[in-house]
Amino acid sequence: MLSLYVKKLLGVGVAVLALGGLIGLYVATWATSAPPPVAATVAPASSGGDQLTLETVAAIGPKYSPTHPDWVSYLVRQNGKWIHSTIFTLPANTVIHVTLYQYDGESGLRNPWLSEVQGTIGGTETVDGKTVDSINPEEASHTFVVPELGVFVPLPGVPEEAKNQCEFAPCEGAAHRTITFSFRTPNKKGRYRWQCFVPCAAGYLYGLGGPMQTLGYMDGFLNVV
Amino acid sequence: MSSSPSIPSPAPGGEPNHALRFTVLWLTATVIAMPLVIIFIGPILAPGGTGSDAVSGYRSDMTVLAAIATPIILLVALYLLYAVAFFRQPQGGALEGPAVRGDARIQTTWIIVTSIIVLGIAVFGTVRLEEGSGAGSGSGPNPLTKPSGPKLPVQVIAQQWLFTYRYPTYGGVETTHLVLPENEQIEFHVTSIDVIHSFWAYQLGVKADANPGVDNIAFVKPTKVQAFNVRCAELCGIWHGYMRDTGHVVTQSAFNTWIHQQQTAFAPATKVLPKYSKTYLPEPTRRGE
Repeated sequence: MLSLYVKKLLGVGVAVLALGGLIGLYVATWATSAPPPVAATVAPASSGGDQLTLETVAAIGPKYSPTHPDWVSYLVRQNGKWIHSTIFTLPANTVIHVTLYQYDGESGLRNPWLSEVQGTIGGTETVDGKTVDSINPEEASHTFVVPELGVFVPLPGVPEEAKNQCEFAPCEGAAHRTITFSFRTPNKKGRYRWQCFVPCAAGYLYGLGGPMQTLGYMDGFLNVV
Repeated sequence: MSSSPSIPSPAPGGEPNHALRFTVLWLTATVIAMPLVIIFIGPILAPGGTGSDAVSGYRSDMTVLAAIATPIILLVALYLLYAVAFFRQPQGGALEGPAVRGDARIQTTWIIVTSIIVLGIAVFGTVRLEEGSGAGSGSGPNPLTKPSGPKLPVQVIAQQWLFTYRYPTYGGVETTHLVLPENEQIEFHVTSIDVIHSFWAYQLGVKADANPGVDNIAFVKPTKVQAFNVRCAELCGIWHGYMRDTGHVVTQSAFNTWIHQQQTAFAPATKVLPKYSKTYLPEPTRRGE
């Protein structure tokens, strides 16, 4: 028979192990959780390449993120539906045509250098149909930047005075800017990080916390396959 | 107790002269080990390469420190082994050694020798640091010493999660990548526009904290054409691990060509950049207020 002391010791040991296991499970789940990857769709034959359709919203809303409905976020369209994901699967060495519907307001760039379009085909983007090589840094709302590929695209925001501002995603029908650009994916397959460089996390110190520090909102990966 | 023919014979009374024997052993080991450390170990203790004055300085300094450490490490390690071999407890016995108290000679020697070593290393380190104008490290906004002659200022701007580089003598153009001319004295001005980062150009031996509102100056003279790794060395958020780049040291003519290409390529951005300043601390944005 085990003495009372040994039984207590065993009990404490088992409890510590169980607690450690739970903490480990929580950390492992947190560290490995990621949004589902969404594949680019084949672009119309006339343009060649593949198509990626994105949306940025000031608040993702409870439908897409019950835990953080007020966080700013990107969304991607798949089969005609908006999906909350920031991991995009793209074919290697292919021209990707991006159409981005920008529903968020202006907040400005911390580094105005990012107001210039870089790394896109032609070094330009179109904003509401107009081709530009840079934007007013004060009008930036977000950026789509893939540092390893040298792709830097500033995204102007919806002016404050615009009517019909979007409250929650999906924002279709609300005031927005339409931005298009194209870039070529590299030959080298792999995972390339992209992110927004505008400190756009409302309610966090200098706008740098929350959705800026959590995979799936203002940053993600291009899985080049 | 055994003794080898090369070791001094036992002192009168049967017990060998341990002090003399150990001293001979230690000095012999030091004479053998020190050149090996200087030749083989010292150079690999420093960060890679010999691509700048700073990293070459590290190499020689680390070699000197390793050479100083060698007899000390040998003293400790050999004495441990010697004690295990010769001062072993007799089998079956439980003898207590005689207490040694108040040996003024040992205490004085210990204090003097350790003081000389520690103070010597401190003086050596300080002299080398200032002799090398900070030896590639961030020396704050007012470095105590500066290298003489002309210097090319390059501003390193850190933000989550990207380094960009501004060349004030070339119209304040800001670039995505860091390119430096060979054999030219570089004056880095390292700052941040958000949180704390650290600029680390590994093969150049440059490491300087990037703090918002601080102009942290570091000097280096790249001495050969090469690529080098740029990394952030301060945990700065979720994508800290991706805050990296490859820089290049190129010939003066290649640098001139490159910088003029950058001035053309980044002309639209340069127009909207704020005037060159030692620090940039933008007001919090509307969202962050």
